[in-house]
Amino acid sequence: MRQLLLCPPDYYGIEYEINPWMSRARGADTPLVQAQWKGLFETLSRLECKIELVPPKPKLPDMVFTANAGLTVGRRFIPSNFRHEERAGEAPHFARWMEEHGYEIVWLPKDLYFEGEGDALFGGDVLFCGYKFRSDINSHRAVADNLGCLVISVELVDPRFYHIDTCFCPLPDGGAFWFPDAFDEYGQRAIRDHLRDLIDVAPDEAAHFSCNAVVLGRDVVLPEGAPTLVSTLKERGYTCHPLPMSEFLKAGGACKCLTMFMPQRESIKG
Amino acid sequence: MFSETVILRGHIIDSLILPKVLDQILTQGGDFKIGEIKIGQNRVDQSYARIEVSAKTHAVLDEIVLRLRQHGAEVLEKADVQLAPAPADGVFPKDFYVTTNQQTFITLEGAEIEVRPALMDCAVTVDREARRATAKKFHEVRRGMEIVVGHQGIKVVPVQRSTSRTDVFEFMSTSIALEKPKSGVIREMATELKRARDVGGKILVVAGPAVVHTGAVPHLEKLIEWGYIDLLFGGNAIALHDIENALFGTSLGINLERGSLAERGHENQMRAINVIREAGSISRAVETGTLKSGIMSACVRHGVEFILAGSIRDDGPLPEVITDTLAAQDAMREKITGVTTALMMGTMLHSMAVANLLPATVKTLCIDVNPAAVSKLTERGSFQSLGLVSDLEPFLRELTVALAR
Repeated sequence: MRQLLLCPPDYYGIEYEINPWMSRARGADTPLVQAQWKGLFETLSRLECKIELVPPKPKLPDMVFTANAGLTVGRRFIPSNFRHEERAGEAPHFARWMEEHGYEIVWLPKDLYFEGEGDALFGGDVLFCGYKFRSDINSHRAVADNLGCLVISVELVDPRFYHIDTCFCPLPDGGAFWFPDAFDEYGQRAIRDHLRDLIDVAPDEAAHFSCNAVVLGRDVVLPEGAPTLVSTLKERGYTCHPLPMSEFLKAGGACKCLTMFMPQRESIKG
Repeated sequence: MFSETVILRGHIIDSLILPKVLDQILTQGGDFKIGEIKIGQNRVDQSYARIEVSAKTHAVLDEIVLRLRQHGAEVLEKADVQLAPAPADGVFPKDFYVTTNQQTFITLEGAEIEVRPALMDCAVTVDREARRATAKKFHEVRRGMEIVVGHQGIKVVPVQRSTSRTDVFEFMSTSIALEKPKSGVIREMATELKRARDVGGKILVVAGPAVVHTGAVPHLEKLIEWGYIDLLFGGNAIALHDIENALFGTSLGINLERGSLAERGHENQMRAINVIREAGSISRAVETGTLKSGIMSACVRHGVEFILAGSIRDDGPLPEVITDTLAAQDAMREKITGVTTALMMGTMLHSMAVANLLPATVKTLCIDVNPAAVSKLTERGSFQSLGLVSDLEPFLRELTVALAR
């Protein structure tokens, strides 16, 4: 059974602006935040998975986005080195919690920015990593060294899609759904070279963060607002669970950003 | 060219980072050479590439490197040049680096500095504070000056033969046009002179007295009047024969129009010297109206600077002639900055002297009736020099016709 890490949104709010979605003038609606997060928690709980909760910390509003805690493979946890000072304080809390739960903590060199599962998603045995806005490409090499897997580094070019998990979602059958324009042409080619059956998400649906989805077996939990994608996924035999995510979109996050797999992969096949 | 060496590592082949980086270098106006590449054997093996990135200016190179860093390129630190003090005035330290006429850079405290001027057979002095590297001749060096020794930290960028073949220097497969259609080369040379004039490049003429003997004075006067010549280098002889011709219609006593010996013609040369010495200088003789025609007169009237270097067999010499050879070299070196094209005609002595002062980037056309003189000048390892075996009058006549079109 897949295990997921979530963090309750007790201290969530728009307190700074570190991506084009964030505007302090447009704060989050607290009761709606609670309701939407609860909706995600309950939807995931009904699916085949076990949910762990990391306690939230005051003054760290984005801790709710656990995908950026780090990357977990087997019992090994590679914590994030956040690019922005505003989020850097989250790293020790996540690392301590993971260590207390029996994971081996492997820090990357401090000068290499790396934002965890947000910028590192397995498609088959290949780890697809995004770079430029948040993670450094050199952090990918360090991750590849550490895990001994093939890492495909792809450049993100649209600041709205600043993490790879905002525009790319691998599926267990070997394909993925993605928003190609979020990548430069080399990145697009590299992804096409390594994955077949790619589903292109239309720009208006991608703007609802439709690619920011949690895939558990044949179930896909994604933000509402992508009817075309939902029907395409249905045709492929997936069951979609669209959820309202408006309050988290205000911070540039949705279902996947709110979730980290523990682990994302049990082991690496070289 | 300025350059940096960068290293790329990781899954750069599967991620298409290597082709992306190479494409970016080119689209940003740079160039690259792959020094080393190791491609991972197995799927998870990482690859490695060492790439030398070059660009015409520091600014362009910096911009390229900045972009490449985003894609994971690491810049390789360069080894600095080694320096030693000059042991005495006029003496270089042992193992001093001998310059070529090619563009040269030294690395000092990690940064590249261009050696100026690109002058052959010199040593390189380094001023650390001003971050300046200068090619200096023996007589310019002073005890204690810091001088580059050995070959570490030195990069020479030879002028490459262009593959685009856009001008006469590029399409000629051999440097001497002996049995080639000369009119074609002359027409191309005319185009080259026009191009140089239009972009503000300086055109230098080095000429011997054969210009006067062969009756080519009117053609050279035209080139001066049309603004195709910025600088004239020569010896006492070209000036003197030109002035004798202007004043008496003879050159070394031969009547140039009739080709016969003039009566008491042998005296004309000495009288010409005396006229100019009496005027004080060639320039003064032109200004006072004593000297009205000829090459030197045209130079003075059109503001073309000339440098006349003396030699041991000179008569007179004329007042402007510099008889100290080192002083003459210094004067020429000072004037050649900005020269892009040089025409060397009918003088092996002065052409060799000037060729030794010119950077390899200067396009040089050597014309002489003596094939040995042409080959001696063109066989200098530069793709930018071209020779033409021809008498000077027909050459200059065709050149002026081509330029008049």
